[in-house]
Amino acid sequence: MILGLELFGMKDSSSGRTGVIAIFFQSVLFVGHLLDYLFWHHSAALNFFSDMISQGLQAEVMRSFFLLSSLLVSIIGHRYLCRKGLKSGEFHHLTMLATAGLMLLCQSNHFLMLFVALETVALCFYTLVAYNRDSAKSLEAGIKYLIFGALSSALLLFGIVLLYGVGANPEAWGASYPGHEFMDPLSFQYLGNLMSENPDNLMLRAGVVLILAGIAFKVGAAPFQIWVPDVYHGSPLPITAFLGVSSKAAGFFVLLNLVNGPFEGMSEFLLPLLGFVATFTIFFGNLAACAQRNVKRMLGLSGVAHAGYLLVAVMASMQFAGDDDRAIWVLFFYLFVYLLASFCVFGVMGLADLPDENEHEFSHYEDLAKKSPWAGFVLVSGIASLAGIPPFAGFIAKLLLISVAYEAKLYLSLTAMVIGVVISIYYYFGWMRAIALPRPASFEDVEDAPDPWAGLSKTGFMKVVLVLLTVASIVLGFWQGPFGDVF
Amino acid sequence: MLDQILLLGSIAVPLAVSLSFFAGWVRDDEWVVKLACLGFGFPCVAGILLFIKFDGTVDGYCFEILYEKMGLQELGITFHLGLNGVSSPLFAMAGIVGLAAGLAAVFSGAKRLKLYLALLCFMQSGLMGLFASVDLFFYYLFHEFALIPTFIMIGLWGGRNRRGIALEITIYLTLGALVSLGGLVALNVMVDAPKFDFPTLSQALSDIALHDSTQAKIFGLLLLGFGILVALFPFHTWAPRGYEAAPTPVSMLHAGVLKKFGLYGLIQIGAPLLPEGALFWSPWLLWLALGNVLFVGMVTIAQGNLKSMVGYGSVMHMGYCFLGIGVCSSLGAGSAVMLMAAHGLSVSLMFLLSASIQRRSGTYEMGQMGGMAGKTPILACFFVAASLATIGLPGFGNFWGEFGVFLSLGEQPSHRIFLGLAALGIILSAVFGLRAVARIFFGPQSEELTAHENKNPIRDLGLTEALPAGLILAALLLLGLWPRGISDRINKEITDRYAKVDHATLSLFLPPCCPVPQGGEESNQTTPLQVSPPVVLEPEER
Repeated sequence: MILGLELFGMKDSSSGRTGVIAIFFQSVLFVGHLLDYLFWHHSAALNFFSDMISQGLQAEVMRSFFLLSSLLVSIIGHRYLCRKGLKSGEFHHLTMLATAGLMLLCQSNHFLMLFVALETVALCFYTLVAYNRDSAKSLEAGIKYLIFGALSSALLLFGIVLLYGVGANPEAWGASYPGHEFMDPLSFQYLGNLMSENPDNLMLRAGVVLILAGIAFKVGAAPFQIWVPDVYHGSPLPITAFLGVSSKAAGFFVLLNLVNGPFEGMSEFLLPLLGFVATFTIFFGNLAACAQRNVKRMLGLSGVAHAGYLLVAVMASMQFAGDDDRAIWVLFFYLFVYLLASFCVFGVMGLADLPDENEHEFSHYEDLAKKSPWAGFVLVSGIASLAGIPPFAGFIAKLLLISVAYEAKLYLSLTAMVIGVVISIYYYFGWMRAIALPRPASFEDVEDAPDPWAGLSKTGFMKVVLVLLTVASIVLGFWQGPFGDVF
Repeated sequence: MLDQILLLGSIAVPLAVSLSFFAGWVRDDEWVVKLACLGFGFPCVAGILLFIKFDGTVDGYCFEILYEKMGLQELGITFHLGLNGVSSPLFAMAGIVGLAAGLAAVFSGAKRLKLYLALLCFMQSGLMGLFASVDLFFYYLFHEFALIPTFIMIGLWGGRNRRGIALEITIYLTLGALVSLGGLVALNVMVDAPKFDFPTLSQALSDIALHDSTQAKIFGLLLLGFGILVALFPFHTWAPRGYEAAPTPVSMLHAGVLKKFGLYGLIQIGAPLLPEGALFWSPWLLWLALGNVLFVGMVTIAQGNLKSMVGYGSVMHMGYCFLGIGVCSSLGAGSAVMLMAAHGLSVSLMFLLSASIQRRSGTYEMGQMGGMAGKTPILACFFVAASLATIGLPGFGNFWGEFGVFLSLGEQPSHRIFLGLAALGIILSAVFGLRAVARIFFGPQSEELTAHENKNPIRDLGLTEALPAGLILAALLLLGLWPRGISDRINKEITDRYAKVDHATLSLFLPPCCPVPQGGEESNQTTPLQVSPPVVLEPEER
């Protein structure tokens, strides 16, 4: 049944004449999925396709995450495409295809499946990033993403091949695992057992590191984060949001699955490595974001910093492995909060009427709160939630993250995180300041530029969606709902 | 039941008023003013009533309200309100200062008055909530509620360079808040008590003693975080600049009330729950607090701008509160609470009067004033009284606080050096306080003031300005003439909570040959270094 929903998503794409149908269809899917999830509890793990796909509660939650995210992308994208006069059929088609790929990625239980799903997603994104063919920036971003993406896929594949090499014939590489002849050498379970038998094997370690490097590209973790600002800058706005939310979340889910599944035996080796990566990522993202004046680049780099915080949660989940999956739920909660806040921000950015949509500067947001109080409020609450200021949900998410990190005794990463959050206040607050606090009157720059916020009265549906998102992110700040019971 | 309604209402009423302003339900300007007066008046009345009704002989918290369902149950966080001996005087002080600041704001004639009052009411509700919370998480959350309007209001209505200062103060205070949050989370995780409130934590900590080094680490985090928030010596630079830029009611509420958050935290949580940690950090804290008193005190003398002088002066007097906490004894902590209440009143009075002076002279520069006493006798009286209170002369609440802190410093021979140096601070504050009086109200009138006067004739304090100032001054005098009013209420709570701290301090300072007293009341009577709670201070004026 669940797979059926996915197939529907793919089938629909042929009829994507207008975005409205796509939006409607995705909302039906989303609601259907939620109902399905609420009424028929699929808590028991199921396996399909000769164990290549496995389905559990966590994957279920992530699937609703991706559906919600692609629904919102379509809504923002619909408005974007109408205004730019771009064709909409392929856009929604590719978005949904990517979402289907992301869902498969979450469920994969086999390295082959993982790679195929990842490539499906990546192919869609290569096209989507370069979707605005009239813009040189978009094409440039497409090329950059293609090259870096291909490199990361190559690394990932190389890592998988190394694992396969050892897995198929352990004795040849100084590893031992009796009974390997009877099992699929690329299934998660087999490799997991192999690794916990031989945590010191050099070849296995190299494979694991390469696979993690490939995933680090996807989530934008240092030192593989160089593409992030450029690609975020150049892509069409809805795709920037899609990249920032869905693609990153998928990367984290896969990472979580791997380090708590097949790579569990390597925890000793991986923890310091991930700790270094997380610290580096937090500092790089925050410090680089401070220097940005372009909003899209800043969001990209702040996304890098958020990836660093999430890595801390991943490490905490490794520390608790086995007896407590609280850290995993904290990570999910953080991702949902990040989704709500990001779409608040990107949604309002999508409303701006700029001649060149890539050049969102802080100065374009001057006095937005006065020109349009609701848009200003939505944007400020989105930023505040990203920055982790109470009473928004972002604060609770950060609090939970700090609390699990403390329990997992990750003091160094925790310190880096706290410092990072403080640095992040600088650029988030700079933006909020531009929106809400009027600049003292000066006589020099009499502006002739057209007001980007002139078209804000004709928003209708977007307004409803954005206000709903904001309300959700405030409500989650006070009441954590089903997540609250898990912690 | 009425008490609970008063307690909850002092948070809910300003919050409701503020939200109704934000939502735009109130359009009529007259109603805006009326509702704002309700929003500030209710907490004040409730604070005073609850303070009077508070029974100092009861163990723990009075007027408790508990909603289990609000908050994160799995982390033990519940919505729990109540007042104890330490919080009830501060709660009343917050109400009084809030009303005075609210009145000042209502009559300030600021632009976009509705938004101004809405933010201020929001801040007020956070301030009342912070002292009324029993749960540590809500205590922190209410603090943030009060903090966020501060940033916005500095950015919107602040003085010169407000955007830059709003950013600076945001970064500093977020850092402080996050570090102290880290300390609180550490406490929560390490203790693993079923609930995250003060009584449960102290119960749990008396059952399982945390290791000394763990205590020192957690207390260090709390001290650093709270220290930044309260402007402890090397982290104080944001405060005077922020107060100078902030609109007056915000300076009053922030310097007077909100900054007591950290001290309150250290007194309620820090030392009683982590006595070994407090002792470990005690020398550091004492030296840094001395930095506040002496270093910042000298900087204060150098200020020519009235508002920044008041700002620096408030930071300087925070040093005395820290000294009281750093001594780690019940006398020190009790005096610190006394001083916090009095300082909150006196510093907000100073800010209020500076704004009145600025309205008359058109500037905050003291060099451009002079000779105003003849034209504004009432204002001069108020200002002289406020300066004397700040210096700590008998008759005002500050005297009892500072006196108690000095007494507590004198208890231990090794603290005498701090006593000597800290006493110099009195001279410093006399220098800047009296010099300000002289430069503003006496001497020849400056040319700038004459030029300003020709355009805007100077009038004396009207009722709208005298009312808030009179309210605060009355409270200050009441504290000064009747300190038992506070000390009786503080006494039991502090003595009980600090029994362990006193014991630890005594055992640290007794020579090794002496037997360590076994704690409790008996040992207190037999020890030569008997700890006297602040009740023994009899006011001289009576």
